[in-house]
Amino acid sequence: MLQLDGLTTNYRTLRGWVRAAEDVSFTVEKGEALGLVGESGCGKTTVALSILKLLPSGGRIRRGKILFNGEDLVPLSDKEMRKIRWKGISIVFQGAMNALNPVFKVRDQIVEAIRLHEPDVSKSDAKKRAEGLFEMVGVEPSRITNYPHEFSGGMRQRALIAMALAANPQLLIADEPGTALDVIVQAQVLQLMRSLKEKLGLSMVMISHDLSIVAEVCENVAIMYAGQLVEYGSAEAIFKEPLHPYTQGLIGAFPSIRGERKKLLSIPGQPPDLLSPPTGCRFHPRCPYAMDVCKKEKPQLKKVGSGNHYVACYLY
Amino acid sequence: MENDESIVAAEKLKKYFPIKRGFLETLVSRTDVFVKAVDGVSFRMQKGEIFGLVGESGSGKTTTGRLLLRLTDPTEGKVTYKGRDITGLSSRQMKPLRREMQIIFQDPFESLDPHMVVKDIVAEPLRIQKATKSREELDERVKQILREVELFPPEEFMLRFPHELSGGQRQRVAVARAFVLHPDFIVADEPVSMLDVSIRAEILALMLSLVEKRGASVLLVTHDLALARHVCNRVAVMYLGRIVELGNTETIVANPLHPYTRALIAAVPVPDPSSKRLGEVISGEIPSPVAPPPGCNFHTRCPYAHLRCTSEVPPLIEVEKDHWAACHLVDRPSQDRTPA
Repeated sequence: MLQLDGLTTNYRTLRGWVRAAEDVSFTVEKGEALGLVGESGCGKTTVALSILKLLPSGGRIRRGKILFNGEDLVPLSDKEMRKIRWKGISIVFQGAMNALNPVFKVRDQIVEAIRLHEPDVSKSDAKKRAEGLFEMVGVEPSRITNYPHEFSGGMRQRALIAMALAANPQLLIADEPGTALDVIVQAQVLQLMRSLKEKLGLSMVMISHDLSIVAEVCENVAIMYAGQLVEYGSAEAIFKEPLHPYTQGLIGAFPSIRGERKKLLSIPGQPPDLLSPPTGCRFHPRCPYAMDVCKKEKPQLKKVGSGNHYVACYLY
Repeated sequence: MENDESIVAAEKLKKYFPIKRGFLETLVSRTDVFVKAVDGVSFRMQKGEIFGLVGESGSGKTTTGRLLLRLTDPTEGKVTYKGRDITGLSSRQMKPLRREMQIIFQDPFESLDPHMVVKDIVAEPLRIQKATKSREELDERVKQILREVELFPPEEFMLRFPHELSGGQRQRVAVARAFVLHPDFIVADEPVSMLDVSIRAEILALMLSLVEKRGASVLLVTHDLALARHVCNRVAVMYLGRIVELGNTETIVANPLHPYTRALIAAVPVPDPSSKRLGEVISGEIPSPVAPPPGCNFHTRCPYAHLRCTSEVPPLIEVEKDHWAACHLVDRPSQDRTPA
């Protein structure tokens, strides 16, 4: 349903091109959730913005295809993209819960969004839809006339999800849906996302630096580092047997509330400057297994084993 | 009094913040409105201990940390440092003690003055406390601590501004600043939550090795129970200004007694897609600390709440060795635990 093929997005700055996302490819099937995992600067938000063609000025998709239901979005004009945004693909931005307009009631903001994208809908119909959406995301419909400051963080996040689903999109992109939420509220929101996926047959791309969140909701996972996709496959395969040294380091860095109290791992060094990233595999300066070939040429994603598991690493 | 060995102790600490109300409101009603940030907190920390204060937002954990350092004054209650009551000390009397108590903040981007170079940031405590006698000694102490936080070469880092450093490097500077006076007690408020996951362990390991080397004690304030589990010997779980469970970390994680602790553990996501949740995710959200529920303030969300919970505040009692819980159900373990 959504297929990225060699997506390469750079940002033009005064100092040159920032190579934010290089040659990213993955597939999201109907009713499936893909977790896009990586730390700061890995390019995951760039990928999300590229899909919706919402890159800030200076951002350019330089190569690759973004196939949505078979149609390539890359060459589409803004006018054509508007038909797809929100109705075909919708997004809940990171920290969006703080972006609600404080002087308007929450319902009115949802109604505004509905009528902007579907001008034929009457105000009263839009209001009814908004109420129905609130119920769907687990917020009491009576709260719909509240102002954003009367909502808790968790409720605002739900309101944003409701807004994103107002036009029944096929794909929802959620950028760091758990950040800034308390643990229990985060669990509630994730539970909501799982149930929406099932009830509505909604496909999702969930972006997060938190592997645990992604493990909760997504069938497939793509790990990104410094703009490149380093490992990709089913969540089970990746967690059971992480192949890429970066993935191994990342998994080892998460403390777990269960099981043994193991030693927490750390990856020495820091992510590279994407204006002039390392040659070859961008992880080689921090990789304990780096070989000569790693510095010369970027490894391609290769299938490993019989299941759904791909890794870009010369070790395999 | 048991445990005279404690380095820091909180005794029935309360911190209520008054809320400003409009003029008309004050005409109509007499009662003042308060945010009950900390509402009766008592615990002791031993020397060399790493004690975790765990809770979600509004739990009062950060305010408690600040109360212990006398960065803010309690509305009620006592703070004891090395056996001495420091609650009422003036700032002049506190000054020599401040040399021994330090804080590390959460945000490595906000906690360092952007106009100061690293050298001055780290030297500031030394200057305030007049801890060195010459410029050379100051320089040397700054270089020494920078080496200890692994910012090599120290001469180069000393001249940099915070914006020239990465998040991890800035937090190392914050750690350096906190340890340069060789404090005995440090409050670390979410010290790694704003850092990338893959570098958290390094910064934590660094902090812990400095703590161990110097025999210092740390109060780690965090919302991350999994992190507290890995780092802290003992932990106190807070909810809406009160401690609900306290004791040895592994004991609590293995056998959580308070329903809130259980809910918290059940809610922590696990990096393993095949594992199931340990129990149901409870519903509802944290009530406002302006109008907390009466009695046990968790009763509105508790699956086991009964009548007594709505009117009586449960005391924190020792249920087994080094395992305390504030819950009426735990009070009388023989009582039927069916929900009300």
